[in-house]
Amino acid sequence: MLRLIMAGLMLLALPFAVSAQEAPVQALLQDHAEIITKNSRKTIGPAIDAVATSALPQAQEVLQAWQAKEMWLRKSDGLFFKAEKLDGKTYQLTDFDTGLDAGTAQKADLKQIKPNSGIRALIGTALVQFQLSDPDPVRRSAALTSLERDRNAASLTPLRASIDSEADPDLKARKIRLERLLTMAFGESDTARVAAIQSMSGDLGVDVRATLNPIVASTRTAFAGTLPDGVNSAGALIPGSGGFTDADAYALLVDLKLAPAQVSAAEIREALAQNISGARSGGVPVAQLSDPARRLAAYDTLAEGGLVPPRVTPQQQAAAIAAHSYADVYSEPSAQVTDAAQQALKGISTRVAVSQAADLTLDALSLASIYFLAAIGLAITFGVMGVINMAHGEFIMMGAYTGYVVQQIIPNHTLSIIVAIPMAFAVTFAAGVALERLVIRWLYNRPLETLLATFGISIALQQLAKNIFGTQARPLTSPGWLDGAWVVNDVISISYIRIAIFVLALIFLGVFLFIMNRTRLGLETRAVTQNRRMAASMGINPDKVNMLTFGIGSGIAGIAGVAIGLFAKVTSELGSDYIVQSFMTVVVGGVGNIWGTLAGAAMIGFFQKGIEWLNPSNTLAAQTYMIVFIILFIQFRPRGIVALKGRAAGD
Amino acid sequence: MNTLLEVSGVSISFDGFKAINNLTFAIGAAEMRAIIGPNGAGKTTFMDIVTGKTKPDEGRVIWGEKGQSLLGLSEARIAREGIGRKFQKPTVFEDQSVQDNLLMALKNKRGPFSVLFYRPSAADLERVEELATTIGLNEQLARKSGELSHGQKQWLEIGMLLAQEPRLLLVDEPAAGMTPQEREHTTAILVEAAKTRAVVVVEHDMEFVRRLDCRVTVLHEGSVLAEGSLDHVTKNPDVIDVYLGR
Amino acid sequence: MQNTIFARNPSVLIFLSLLGLFTLLVTLGAEASGTGIISTSFVKTLGKTLCLCLAALAMDLVWGYCGILSLGHFAFFGLGGYMIGMWLMYERTRDIVAGALADAPIPPTTQEITDAIGTQIFGVVGSNEFPLIWSFADSLILQLAMVVLVPGALALVFGWLAFRSRVTGVYLSILTQAMTLALALYLFQNDSGLRGNNGLSGLQNIPGLDAVPQSVLSVWFFWASALALALGYLLAVFITQGKFGSVIRGIRDDEARVRFLGYPVEVYKLVIFAVTACIAGIAGALYYPQAGIINPAEVAPIASIYLAVWVAIGGRGRLYGAVIGAAFVSLVSSWFTGGQAPDVPLGFYTLKWVDWWLVLLGLSFVLVTLFAPKGLGGLVDLWSNRKSPNRHGADLGPSAGALREQEASE
Repeated sequence: MLRLIMAGLMLLALPFAVSAQEAPVQALLQDHAEIITKNSRKTIGPAIDAVATSALPQAQEVLQAWQAKEMWLRKSDGLFFKAEKLDGKTYQLTDFDTGLDAGTAQKADLKQIKPNSGIRALIGTALVQFQLSDPDPVRRSAALTSLERDRNAASLTPLRASIDSEADPDLKARKIRLERLLTMAFGESDTARVAAIQSMSGDLGVDVRATLNPIVASTRTAFAGTLPDGVNSAGALIPGSGGFTDADAYALLVDLKLAPAQVSAAEIREALAQNISGARSGGVPVAQLSDPARRLAAYDTLAEGGLVPPRVTPQQQAAAIAAHSYADVYSEPSAQVTDAAQQALKGISTRVAVSQAADLTLDALSLASIYFLAAIGLAITFGVMGVINMAHGEFIMMGAYTGYVVQQIIPNHTLSIIVAIPMAFAVTFAAGVALERLVIRWLYNRPLETLLATFGISIALQQLAKNIFGTQARPLTSPGWLDGAWVVNDVISISYIRIAIFVLALIFLGVFLFIMNRTRLGLETRAVTQNRRMAASMGINPDKVNMLTFGIGSGIAGIAGVAIGLFAKVTSELGSDYIVQSFMTVVVGGVGNIWGTLAGAAMIGFFQKGIEWLNPSNTLAAQTYMIVFIILFIQFRPRGIVALKGRAAGD
Repeated sequence: MNTLLEVSGVSISFDGFKAINNLTFAIGAAEMRAIIGPNGAGKTTFMDIVTGKTKPDEGRVIWGEKGQSLLGLSEARIAREGIGRKFQKPTVFEDQSVQDNLLMALKNKRGPFSVLFYRPSAADLERVEELATTIGLNEQLARKSGELSHGQKQWLEIGMLLAQEPRLLLVDEPAAGMTPQEREHTTAILVEAAKTRAVVVVEHDMEFVRRLDCRVTVLHEGSVLAEGSLDHVTKNPDVIDVYLGR
Repeated sequence: MQNTIFARNPSVLIFLSLLGLFTLLVTLGAEASGTGIISTSFVKTLGKTLCLCLAALAMDLVWGYCGILSLGHFAFFGLGGYMIGMWLMYERTRDIVAGALADAPIPPTTQEITDAIGTQIFGVVGSNEFPLIWSFADSLILQLAMVVLVPGALALVFGWLAFRSRVTGVYLSILTQAMTLALALYLFQNDSGLRGNNGLSGLQNIPGLDAVPQSVLSVWFFWASALALALGYLLAVFITQGKFGSVIRGIRDDEARVRFLGYPVEVYKLVIFAVTACIAGIAGALYYPQAGIINPAEVAPIASIYLAVWVAIGGRGRLYGAVIGAAFVSLVSSWFTGGQAPDVPLGFYTLKWVDWWLVLLGLSFVLVTLFAPKGLGGLVDLWSNRKSPNRHGADLGPSAGALREQEASE
């Protein structure tokens, strides 16, 4: 009220008096007319505060108009209006107090108030308190989001005020959380801040860590003499211990301009070059200056002559280091708060580590299922039949391209994937049967030749794909419902595609077990692989069985191709990216045993993720070490994890 | 009689199946021994263990006067110690001539560098000639061994075995697929060899074993069922039971 | 001894005379001798082809004779190239840096020169420090020794691990392929110390020979390649002759039988694997100065597969087969991919050989494997009418991977 009276008193001085009773907003604006028109971020504060804290119902409207550059000044009487362009140079004016039409004006008669971006941001902050209690939940949410992004002490009070009246439970939860975070950073007392920190200490949210980390941010500083009292530091640093070397200490002193910088080699060279006189510099012939020791001697000579600053001797350095004390000083003055924050961060980091391990496990599981998918077709053709098919990777690629082509014809992603899977199976099944009939059949029991011939096929298929589809990556888009991720907390999350691939891998495992153990074909396949002649004499047609089995193995590779294509880019090299790992999976797991393939995929997946975790910047290195590891692993279990023993294993 | 090879308490199982069960066996320095037994009695596995191809789960295999253990030695090392082996199926290097096959088997240094700079001496060639005569292949020296008949391949393999000058010969079914005349010749070669070294013959054919005229060991389910002269073991009721009775 | 080799193998004399004749013709036709029938770049291509022939010879020794289908020998080839490339690049850069620093008012210290070279070479991967593996880069002798020692040592370690655990056949092939992949991936990293995927470049400039024009240098390298091939061929003949040859062919056909003859099979394999790795390294060291650049893509597994393809097409198990195969396929390949081959208009589609050559190569490779396992070398048999034994279709050895009758008679 006092402010209003003051404003009223001041109004008397204005040429065109505005009554504070009749037009409180206009009066308020007139009060601050000078700084509003001055339009400077430095001085504008009181004007915004005045409007924001005026408790007038129109305050929000005014601030919004101001922020949106819709506030104009009528030059004739100096009154502020909200103005909208009607046509050409004519503007429609609206009175802030009444919200009524205040006539029109020509542009020439008006002056637009154009707040700069700094001022608009200040207005935005002031607006938050209104928006937090806005009847529209969308605007409340938007206000919260902007506040979460740009936290400031000023918003704490309006935020607290708006919590109780909040009806929406989600928004209320967000408000309470934000209130805690703001209190941690800007709370009125240390006690309140510590309490807030402790209340959030078990929380894994990134926002909590983002709030805590600035609190414990510290700067390494040196002090002349001993450490002064009342400095909130993480403890004194002793040069020469705990990773803080004398060199570090001296560099710090130089940085803080507490000691002269050591003359660098480049500076010495420069100085010598500038002081050459008569093929000599510092008394040393220039030709001899390729010797570092001679250079130093020459420089010292120059320094004695006062031509250049002298070098800092080790004794001087040691003295300078000894004359100072060092500490990591918190920018936060309260030790109570920093201790609590450190404590909370420690607790959080433990929980984060646990969650990260869980997340890594999920990642590894998903990688393992990808390897398993890529390798399961091989487990049939290579593991069960003993046929080494180097074009297996190209079958995976074929499956992925089939998916791409289907998607070109059927635009609906869900439907196209449903169609693509059997299509990919059909295409690669046919390709597999053709390969078996035309090439592999003639090469049974000659594995090296099979390997070479299928290499030939692999080269040809890759180039063929390049000729048809070009070299650029083709997209295979997953259906919308596979977008997004399953989020457990801020650390643990896994995308739905990866879950789908995991499920698909499980389905394949089931299908494989069913075919091999429960169907006639499986029985016949095992019979033919174990003893072809005996099987033939019992009325099994080995040619047909081999053909079908190889076809199924290839077909599964095709389906795997669709799955892999969903998250990897589809190129002609897609297959060759997986072929070595697939073979490794089968070999490491133990040939001829699906559980071995599963174990192999799991081992390779977990191992690779493990290395990536140790050295996250470098996936190439992870793959390198993984292969080296596999080579070593085969030393200890030459027949793989799940090995067939005894004479059945053969030699 | 001093013992050349002593196998004691050897057992091995494959996936729960006991292929060899507490087997004990010994053979002297210049002795012929025939091992008979039904299929699956562990004859081949026994040879695999002696030659180092398979490692037993337990037991000892002791070799020579010094009582050296053969367990843990590589196949090549055991072969160099003086144990030669002939496989059931004739395995000669078909792509190479008979002479090359024999030269390769001839007792000489086996290291890669001595082999690289090896040039056959007159004595070596003479020895090859002599061996070829023994096995009746002296006319075929320059031929590729792949061109030989089945019986000739068997002999070539025996010849290679002799060329190694082993102290113990392990011969797996040497007479399989041979004509009666060829069998007789094979018998003669083996009997001659047994005068200077130990020979163990694994054979199914009783007639062939009878002609060898030596001690017989009967294996059954991985252990020794009976041992003695052929007449002695064929009268043993257990042997009749497992071998003939089925 | 030479006499024995030539007497037993008339093909050696024929091969060496043909190689000599070829060298003479190329020398006479090269730009350096003034005739200019053969362009300098084609002399380089021919020189490179000779190096590839040498690598194929090594591949034939290890695969055709010893039965180890190694998919890692091109990695050894690449390593040889990297080793010589390090010296070439270091010395070349030092010359440039020394030239640049010579104008400075103060003569540079050794440290300054080294730093400048480091910045020059490794700036591209955001570093200026010399990695440890470059310690010997300033010494031609040591780097030349590493051309042989590094591939040899890698082959020894890998071979020891693999052969010791009795990995054979296709498993061994896959394992060697994995080794090659691991090496390639390692080299692709920027912090591998070998400039990541930029590789080493400017290798065609030989330090200290700036005055010699490329046309002359190319002939010198051609001679060196021809000499290396001739020596390599003689070495290969020496190895495959006599008892050593018998043993390794025995290992190829029936490893277990050789073991029971008392030969330490693993040691033999290791010797062959390492020796051929050294030969491949030397071939690479001669190849890359002619190519001018080496990068990790050269080491990728597919390159080693092509090496196997050449040997298979040329005819494995005979030394001249490998040479013919490598020369034929790589020259035809560069003819097709170089755009010199005429396009085939099919009316609805024009067949561009640049695109379709690999398809043709892949398919013809399948056909060779299926119908002509002896490869181009088999033509020599037709010509000399060498008779093969008739084994009535039986395989040549008891193992599943052994040669079969059909193969030998076709």
